[in-house]
Amino acid sequence: MASLFRYFQPRHLLCATGVVLAAAGTAYLVQRLSKRVELQEVPREPEEPTKPCTSPSPAGHTAEPPRLNKPPFPWFGMDIGGTLAKLVYFEPKDITTEEEQEETENLRNIRSCLTSNVAYGSTGIRDVHLEMKGLELCGRMGNLHFIRFPTQDLPAFLRMTRDKQFSRLHKTLCATGGGAYKFEADFQTIAGLQLVKLDELDCVIRGALYMNSSGPSECFYLENPTHPEQCFLKPYPLENPYPFLLVNIGSGVSILAVHSRDNFKRVSGTSLGGGTFLGLCCLLTGCSTFEEALEMASRGESTQVDKLVRDIYGGDYERFGLPGWIVASSFGNMIYKEQRDSVSKEDLARAALVTVTNNIGSISRMCALNENIERVVFVGNFLRGNMLSMKLLAYSMEYWSAGRLKALFLQHEGYFGAVGSLLELLKSS
Amino acid sequence: MADCSQAGSGRHSMDKSITLPPDEIFRNLENAKRFAIDIGGSLTKLAYYSTVQHKVAKVRSFDHTAKEVDGDPLYEISVQEEITARLHFIKFENAYIETCLDFIKDHLVNTETKVIKATGGGAYKFKELIEKKLKLKVDKEDEMSCLIKGCNFVLKNIPHEAFVYAKHADSEFRFQNTHPDIFPYLLINIGSGVSIVKVESEDKFERIGGSSIGGGTFWGLGALLTKTKRFDELLQLASRGQHTSVDMLVKDIYGGAYGSLGLTGDLIASSFGKSATTDKEFSKEDMAKSLLHMISNDIGQLACLYARLHNLTRVYFGGFFIRGHPVTMHTITYSINFFTKGEVQALFLRHEGYLGAIGAFLKGAEEDNPNQYSWGENYAGSSGLMSVSPDLNPMQRVRSGTFDMLEMDRLERQLVNLPLLQDPSSYIPDTVDLTEDALARQYWLYCFEEALDGVVNRAVASQPDLPQAVERAEKFRQKYLHKLQTLRHQPFAYGSLTVRSLLDTREHCLNEFNFPDPYSKIKQKENDVALRYFQKVVRSLEKLPWEQRQFALVKGLLAGNVFDWDRPWLIDCYDQWVERLKGPPHKCALFFVDNSGIDIILGVFPFVRELLCRGTEVVLASNSGPALNDVTNSELQILTERIAAMDSVIQAAIKEDRLTLVQSGSSSPCLDLSRLDKALAVVVRERHTDLVVIEGMGRAIHTNYYAALSCESLKLAVIKNSWLAERLGGKIFSVVFKYEVPPQSPGLRR
Repeated sequence: MASLFRYFQPRHLLCATGVVLAAAGTAYLVQRLSKRVELQEVPREPEEPTKPCTSPSPAGHTAEPPRLNKPPFPWFGMDIGGTLAKLVYFEPKDITTEEEQEETENLRNIRSCLTSNVAYGSTGIRDVHLEMKGLELCGRMGNLHFIRFPTQDLPAFLRMTRDKQFSRLHKTLCATGGGAYKFEADFQTIAGLQLVKLDELDCVIRGALYMNSSGPSECFYLENPTHPEQCFLKPYPLENPYPFLLVNIGSGVSILAVHSRDNFKRVSGTSLGGGTFLGLCCLLTGCSTFEEALEMASRGESTQVDKLVRDIYGGDYERFGLPGWIVASSFGNMIYKEQRDSVSKEDLARAALVTVTNNIGSISRMCALNENIERVVFVGNFLRGNMLSMKLLAYSMEYWSAGRLKALFLQHEGYFGAVGSLLELLKSS
Repeated sequence: MADCSQAGSGRHSMDKSITLPPDEIFRNLENAKRFAIDIGGSLTKLAYYSTVQHKVAKVRSFDHTAKEVDGDPLYEISVQEEITARLHFIKFENAYIETCLDFIKDHLVNTETKVIKATGGGAYKFKELIEKKLKLKVDKEDEMSCLIKGCNFVLKNIPHEAFVYAKHADSEFRFQNTHPDIFPYLLINIGSGVSIVKVESEDKFERIGGSSIGGGTFWGLGALLTKTKRFDELLQLASRGQHTSVDMLVKDIYGGAYGSLGLTGDLIASSFGKSATTDKEFSKEDMAKSLLHMISNDIGQLACLYARLHNLTRVYFGGFFIRGHPVTMHTITYSINFFTKGEVQALFLRHEGYLGAIGAFLKGAEEDNPNQYSWGENYAGSSGLMSVSPDLNPMQRVRSGTFDMLEMDRLERQLVNLPLLQDPSSYIPDTVDLTEDALARQYWLYCFEEALDGVVNRAVASQPDLPQAVERAEKFRQKYLHKLQTLRHQPFAYGSLTVRSLLDTREHCLNEFNFPDPYSKIKQKENDVALRYFQKVVRSLEKLPWEQRQFALVKGLLAGNVFDWDRPWLIDCYDQWVERLKGPPHKCALFFVDNSGIDIILGVFPFVRELLCRGTEVVLASNSGPALNDVTNSELQILTERIAAMDSVIQAAIKEDRLTLVQSGSSSPCLDLSRLDKALAVVVRERHTDLVVIEGMGRAIHTNYYAALSCESLKLAVIKNSWLAERLGGKIFSVVFKYEVPPQSPGLRR
């Protein structure tokens, strides 16, 4: 237990994050950072009287025992994807003295361990910048924490859960994502936990809608995506969101047409997703983490690797209105030995990023046209710290649709499934 | 985009050591009039238009008015030289380009052209070389426009051009019928990148989209991942690999299927997803396979999204990624089936590699109005599908000197649909598709091989006075034998293999070696004999009571009284036919005639005479050119004149224009009702034809047995082949008398 949960923040990660931030140094990031600072300074708000989670009981009616309305702490929601497992944790900040006295040792342990660290083991990360402070959830006030670790480290997580004696507090855990099915038996045998398996798309949509309504600037877009110099991030008040296309870019990509909270369908998807980017980068450059791959891509130049329209036609292909700078063939220049020999790893990483991103943009755009939807919301952990892809997506939506389609992004990129499953926990109890 | 422009630059060290077999390739170069060239990443496609001088059989009537001498032949037969137009297309490795240009330069004598139309990525690169060698100015044409023009041309002119690929089916290639209206369609060209073009008419097309993930991505990324340089080798690696070790499948995430979405466990969730999470070495084969799936699926998905958005169902795939590669045809087909749930079929083209060259040529030949003519694929001079496919012939690697050829004859007449087809788009001329029916295929290939000696002997016998008849006949034998052998291994080489295509190929090969009409003398003799009995036969028929006469007329059509006439016949609609004859006469009958001699003179003419007497107009359709012992249009004209001189009914009918002779536009023993002379179609329409009679095995059994017409029809034949008779449930010499009435025709309302 100690080995897994010891305070650990790898140096390279700090650097990597720093570079990504620098690379994406825009007005928005300043805004995002300042917001974080600002939020951190918000003093703890006074406790509110506890409200039942479900519909309020009519006055005079005998209140049901609170635990029936509200699940006991700790509150978790989990989403186990193909590459990453995502965990959201609600840390109550309005604990009464009474509660504190009743609180079991292991519950306190879990809370302090999760909230006092920003990294767990060698691979678990708490995305501090995404933390939502002063959130009112189900009548309790607290902070929402966002934690992720590679799905392949799930066994370590399960051992930790066992060691922390989580099952004494809860017999069940709400989880979504493919891993909820794949690892259901492991949860039972290792951690003694019964998984409440939730539909992935359902959770993502509920989570996204909830987060959109909870934070003022959850949704944002890129202004002037076709002019890189003047491109900056702006909040987008997504008050009346329907219909919208939700493009969830994880290891693979799911594309959903959302017409209302309960009326949505998966219209398409592609296997060229974040897993493809990382997989190709690992094979082509020998890197091993997403952050590493992204950092290399930020320093590379894809025009060495890709064959552009101008490489074929000497300039624009006027017959079809294709400008010379457009990629005609991804990795198309790599058919020549001399060019293969002279290309850098950074260039290859960049080309992989551009290829996967543009393809997602292209398929999303076609789906939007086929569904007659104009707003396209991109989420998923592929976009984490990935300003390059966001810019490319915003650009391609705008350029190829002559401004008709709009690319939107949400700050909590990859956590909506986990949030959705947390909401389900609170709803079902 | 289009082809990879400078694939492996520097690889084109010219190989001048090879010598080209001039008999086989670059044929008729000395008469070449016009050139076009399409230079792709690895292959050059040369097109030229040339004239072919070949022997044709002509018949000419003697002047019979002066005297009638017994023993004199009925008409004169002569073999004359005729010049016809032919399009030649040759495909070869870029490595041969200089050798080929030298060869062309040395053999080019008669050309007046000063320019050569050029397209393809390599056109620019080889511009100087071409101009220097050929002394022709290179005139560059837009690649995509050429591609579309070529595509329209092959779709319109080559039957069975398009096919569906089904890897695990009995026949991998399922050829599509030529649809009367080829527009609109989607063309997905997978070169280095992908271009998606919507074609709405001959002149209207639009690039509606594209993708940068294409053949160049497979090649470039594949070369990086596997250190394998050649595109073909990458494909071979891929065909041996297992993508599941590299890709993250739905079951890798879910442990099984994602049931609520209907996603099966084997579906790829994330291409290369396992290489992101697993620290291990992946095999070249597995990575190549994963890459192939990734790219094929992606292209298939985009194609479907575009097809749906533009409401198109015909989607053709081409480009070097597809060209002759079963591996990529399979993955693309799989992807299209997956994404459209079978609503859209991926279509491929037999001559896909030639589209650019054909288009460039057509652009240069616009003043010759090539689109005003119909063209026919010459089976003798064309190589057939996948003649150089590395997948089928792994030994034929680069520089094997394999040249693929396509030759198309300009047909004298423009060909159109018979206006009386019930549904032209679903009409299939051939009764049995030998590509799908392996037993029938074996039988007929054997049958044609067995018959070859007889054909050779007859060819030699037909030209006792002409030079080298024996040698030419021997060459014919070798050529046809080779074709039969090719078809045994690749039945799909020229589209669906049918008895008709086997017969037509034989005719093409005979013509190739200047045996234009081996039966001319036999036909002449038989016609002569039959004519002498015409009046006697007519007189004896006239003596018969009506009912008996009708039966005798039908017997006459079914080749006289040679056979056992016990009814019921194998197919016997005779009673319905006689009932019909008791009703009002038909307005006009179209009669597709068959053999010379007794058949036409003592069978068809008496039958026609009876129809004329009933007040029915008659249109006699005969072959434009010779095929076996079928009566040709020019022979029939002479015969009709001679019969008219003996018979007042026929004479009056001709004078009053109630009996008309037309040519079918075909030179085949079979009949394709979707490719008939335009003039025939006009006459049929003008005369309000309400009865079609099709006679003989070739026209009524091998073809058109199931043809559905919009008017009454008679299909008549005696099955003179025991194998076929057995197949149809009868014995040799079984009679087929099929009288069909379409629903709601005037015949039924009577």
